[in-house]
Amino acid sequence: MNIHKPIKPASQKIERNVVGKGYAHDSARRHVRGEAIYIDDMPDLPGTLHIAPILSTIAHGTITAIESEKARQANGVKAVLFADDIPGKNEAAPILANEPIFADGEVLHLGQIIGCVVADSMAQAIQAAALVEVSYQERPAVYDVEAAFEANQHTHPTQHSTSGDATSALANSPRRFTGTVVMGGQDHFYLETMVAYAQPGEDDEMLVWSSTQHPTEVQVHVALALGVRNHEVEAKVRRMGGAFGGKESQATIIACIAAIAAKKTGKPCRFRLRRHDDMAATGKRHGFTMRYDVGLDDAGRFQGLAIEALANSGHVADLSGPVVTRALTHFDNCYHLPHTNFTGFSAKTNTVSNTAFRGFGGPQGMLATEAIIDRVARELGMDPNALRAVNYYSPETGEVTPYGQPVEDNRIRDVVDRVMANAQWDKRRAEIDRFNAENRVLKKGLAMMPVKFGISFNLTTLNQAGSLVHVYQDGSVHLNHGGTEMGQGLYTKVAQVVADVFGIPLADVKITASTTDKVPNTSATAASSGSDLNGMAAYNAASTIRQRMLTVATEHFQCQTDEITLQDGQVIFEDRAMTFGTLAKQCWVKRVSLSASGFYATPKIHWDAATMKGRPFFYYTYGAAVSEVVIDTLTGENRCLRTDIVQDCGKPLNPTLDLGQIEGAFVQGMGWLTCEELWWDEKGRLRTVGPSTYKIPGSRDVPPVFNVEILDDQPNREETVFRSKAIGEPPLMLAISVWLALRDAVSSLSGGRYPAQLHAPATPEAVLFAVDAMKERLEREAHGLGNAQ
Amino acid sequence: MIEPISFSLNGEPVSAALRADTTVLEYLRLHAALRGTKEGCAEGDCGACSVLVRKPGEERFQPANACIMLLAQVHGGALVTVEGLAAQDHVVQKVLAENGSSQCGFCTPGIVAALAGLLDANKDPSESDIHDGLAGNLCRCTGYRPIVEAAHKAAKSAPPALPHAAVENGGKVTGHDQSQALHPSTLEELFEMRAAHPHHVLLGGGTDSALDVAHARSRWPVIINTAGVEELRGFKERAGDLIIGGAASWADILPHLARHWPSFAKLVRRFGSVQIRAMGTVAGNIATASPIGDGAPSLIALGAEIHLAGPEGERSLPLEEFFLDYRQTVLDEDEIIRAIRVPLPRPGEDFRVYKVSKRYDQDISTVCGAFAFRHEDNRLSHVRIAYGGMAATPLRCVEVETVLEGQALTQTTLSAARSAVKSTFTPLSDMRGSADYRARVASNLLDRLAAELAGETVEVMAL
Repeated sequence: MNIHKPIKPASQKIERNVVGKGYAHDSARRHVRGEAIYIDDMPDLPGTLHIAPILSTIAHGTITAIESEKARQANGVKAVLFADDIPGKNEAAPILANEPIFADGEVLHLGQIIGCVVADSMAQAIQAAALVEVSYQERPAVYDVEAAFEANQHTHPTQHSTSGDATSALANSPRRFTGTVVMGGQDHFYLETMVAYAQPGEDDEMLVWSSTQHPTEVQVHVALALGVRNHEVEAKVRRMGGAFGGKESQATIIACIAAIAAKKTGKPCRFRLRRHDDMAATGKRHGFTMRYDVGLDDAGRFQGLAIEALANSGHVADLSGPVVTRALTHFDNCYHLPHTNFTGFSAKTNTVSNTAFRGFGGPQGMLATEAIIDRVARELGMDPNALRAVNYYSPETGEVTPYGQPVEDNRIRDVVDRVMANAQWDKRRAEIDRFNAENRVLKKGLAMMPVKFGISFNLTTLNQAGSLVHVYQDGSVHLNHGGTEMGQGLYTKVAQVVADVFGIPLADVKITASTTDKVPNTSATAASSGSDLNGMAAYNAASTIRQRMLTVATEHFQCQTDEITLQDGQVIFEDRAMTFGTLAKQCWVKRVSLSASGFYATPKIHWDAATMKGRPFFYYTYGAAVSEVVIDTLTGENRCLRTDIVQDCGKPLNPTLDLGQIEGAFVQGMGWLTCEELWWDEKGRLRTVGPSTYKIPGSRDVPPVFNVEILDDQPNREETVFRSKAIGEPPLMLAISVWLALRDAVSSLSGGRYPAQLHAPATPEAVLFAVDAMKERLEREAHGLGNAQ
Repeated sequence: MIEPISFSLNGEPVSAALRADTTVLEYLRLHAALRGTKEGCAEGDCGACSVLVRKPGEERFQPANACIMLLAQVHGGALVTVEGLAAQDHVVQKVLAENGSSQCGFCTPGIVAALAGLLDANKDPSESDIHDGLAGNLCRCTGYRPIVEAAHKAAKSAPPALPHAAVENGGKVTGHDQSQALHPSTLEELFEMRAAHPHHVLLGGGTDSALDVAHARSRWPVIINTAGVEELRGFKERAGDLIIGGAASWADILPHLARHWPSFAKLVRRFGSVQIRAMGTVAGNIATASPIGDGAPSLIALGAEIHLAGPEGERSLPLEEFFLDYRQTVLDEDEIIRAIRVPLPRPGEDFRVYKVSKRYDQDISTVCGAFAFRHEDNRLSHVRIAYGGMAATPLRCVEVETVLEGQALTQTTLSAARSAVKSTFTPLSDMRGSADYRARVASNLLDRLAAELAGETVEVMAL
């Protein structure tokens, strides 16, 4: 009998016991007591040095000279490093190439990292960095995506996605409209800024603690930068103080700089970007300009839709290619679009390179379509929800998306009907109309937003994960996997899975830091896929050990495997039982391995990037929200008063953590679309580089009535871990309901007849300008001057 | 002789022979090995560094931002950090941990400090009190609901008394030979110390000036700390005036404002955050002469006078005459703001101030309009109006006052007043708003005033 043979997990019946319960985040007690250790909290090793960056002060130009002597002579300074000092390759590109760690010869945005100072203390490093004088030959800078588009300046090849015959469909549509939707970017504003701590070992070894979502990428790029093999570098992270996509690719740059400094000085080096530098030097959510041409029939059904999506990629590509792909594959949201022509352009501008941010282009794609719906419905004299309803993917007909994936698990109607009922739409719509008739200054708006979001990385290769599980002789379990913990509760969820595989309490599973020497070749924890991928990989590893242990147990009890139950830390056969620890000890005595790695690759998915067709997503997740807002027509100040959400979670692994993701993502999305505004001056300097100028939502901005219902009545139809569904990103897009409600409030000035000229973010200024534009239109109309757009 | 800086830390007396310009956050993380308190922004706006401070000579603990508070300021006082609260198993920690109130956990120690401070001062906080208490703390993960809910739950149990040890408060000069703090206790001493150390920093609350230190842009060899100067402390009501001492914090005067000018109090509750108001002084807000400071427009409209004192004597002038140009004032190099005198409202007098910003709480005004007036027989009189955010300094608008004086707020009057606003100001465009937006809002605030006086609901927060 070969008990090390891999087993099929499907052959085992494992009860949900710990899984499905709302356990608190594994670190909750440590968080509240200040005992959770983040990288900057780790004690300094003797001789530790600190790094401060040297940043470009212009947006575009050639470096003609660098005068660093004063900095080198400053107190405590041990090294001043530039591109030439990198032992290996000056390369940080996650996908393409020529994206330097330190600017080399030319700078492409204001705030770009040119070099760094390494000193005994952070204060010394910062002060010395200010003494470095860089001279430039300035060149004209481009900040605007439209200008970059006209100049055909891009960071990534233009993407095309077509279905049906959009040209004919548009030409033959009885109702046709063109327009533009402009949406701003968003800073991640993770509370813990970028940080890394590099510790040189023997010979070429380098241990890098990095606040990263992607330890493997840190490992690979540090090795590249140091000119060593991957196996010399270990990248490690226990927890991040928030990430949201911001630490998917760009944490690598920070880790590389720490490692280069450690290599050059031979000392442990710590690099923490302070907030202003973090916001100037690292990427954000992509702002987009969407130019559309849409055709509908008289009933409001989409006939043809063409969209040119111009994404502000920033100075290099980074992840812009896949971000644009996800925008293009989410224009459809919940709607069947028979004839489409989508173009995705990654505009190269002299602003910091934008990157992954929760939703990864999906929110921008959906926002465009919802803006179009809000506009054309009013132009057609239809209720926007009625127009949505005639366009929803039908659950019966197996309609396919523009990229060719059938929508098989359609729950659109379920979530929409439920949220409309929960929100008491009809009653409140009437109340709001009455309020608007009675109030001159304040106006209310109401809107519903449905969401269908595709789960999996678009790039099939990335949909893989590994894990490593050990059972010790006392029955305690050590869990490691390739996923990273950024606050989302991934470690807790995966531990719950492992606890149920072994039939032990959650407390018996020890969660350990993600590290490349335990689980190699990992994907970023991103795309909402953390628990789908790592949960399954850990399930597989634990199942392998479980099977071996059961074999030993059958010898002990003289019974069959399926007669044994593992539950609450007990191994039970009929009226006999032993503890899980006793069985573990027996396995050791019998020389049975209690350690296993696990692996998982998402089945069914495939994607042809050239034609933009395939089945990129394992499944879809669905949600819907209704939001009510009020605006002040004199100042544009606005507020969300109530939100109702229904979110499909399959069979949740942990409803408490899922609720946290839903609420948190919604509020973050609300920030993107309302108060969070990135503002550059005419020199290309981002002037919103700290919380005093960049305003994320505060506690009072959360809707005072905020009802969230988790829909857990249907298990995931695909074979995910315990039939759960992903939750990290999808709820962010529910916040589009707030933006639509703000548009509705502005439209209310015209009795809902005219669409608001409101882009995103809907700051008080943007809302006031939309209100004033509406008032002018109505005034022109009252004076019989027509409705020229 | 330079003595060490002495204070109580989590209930234990400590002495630190360190630079007086060491931030409390640097001290905790680098010198005291207490790394529970985090740096999120180093500008007093995110709250991750919140600790509880009992200022020298005070009885109460208040949350404050350790990133922009200097060791000099806690000499003779007490600090409690998240670790000190953990030693007590503070109820706020227990409830937050059980309630799904942390995700990444990086903001959590600051939130613990803010809520422990709230419950220490207010045993039965309302929803709005909780939002006021959390306005200085940003959380990017949770969406706040589980935090606000935890605050309600924690308020059901009595919180433990916050720990402090008795410390010596004698030293007049503390710190380190490269950075010392001078602690005068009388005005006379203050002037002597300033004469001995001209051009050195005069420190009030530090919520603006300490930003340079927090960003390691400047270091201060000598700090003259005004907090202990007897003549500058606190505030008093005398002969129909509220007299605000030069070292009085916004937190000190807030309860009094609420009694006399509810609208001003509402504004001040949005001024910075609990943490900022605990340290920041009214005089500091005036002295820094920022065009977007929220104190000046209201105080100008209320007819405040500013009292300046120097070694040569004292002088008083109307507040609007204090400001000369962008960040420039009439204050002589050796002078200080001794007090601000605000006439208390007489019967028939009304006051409204409107702050417009991107976010309601803890934001800086894009435009702030303050209106003081009598409103009798539907007519305005004794009108005084001032705006912030519209020019290089906070500005009184005599032209608009003239238009409104003696008038009913008819469309014709409002239209003339709007024109007067437009002709008075040529605002700037910046990250808080375009010139066009500022101009529209400034004149629209007159319409808001008229609508509010007519009984309409005019602010989104009223719903």
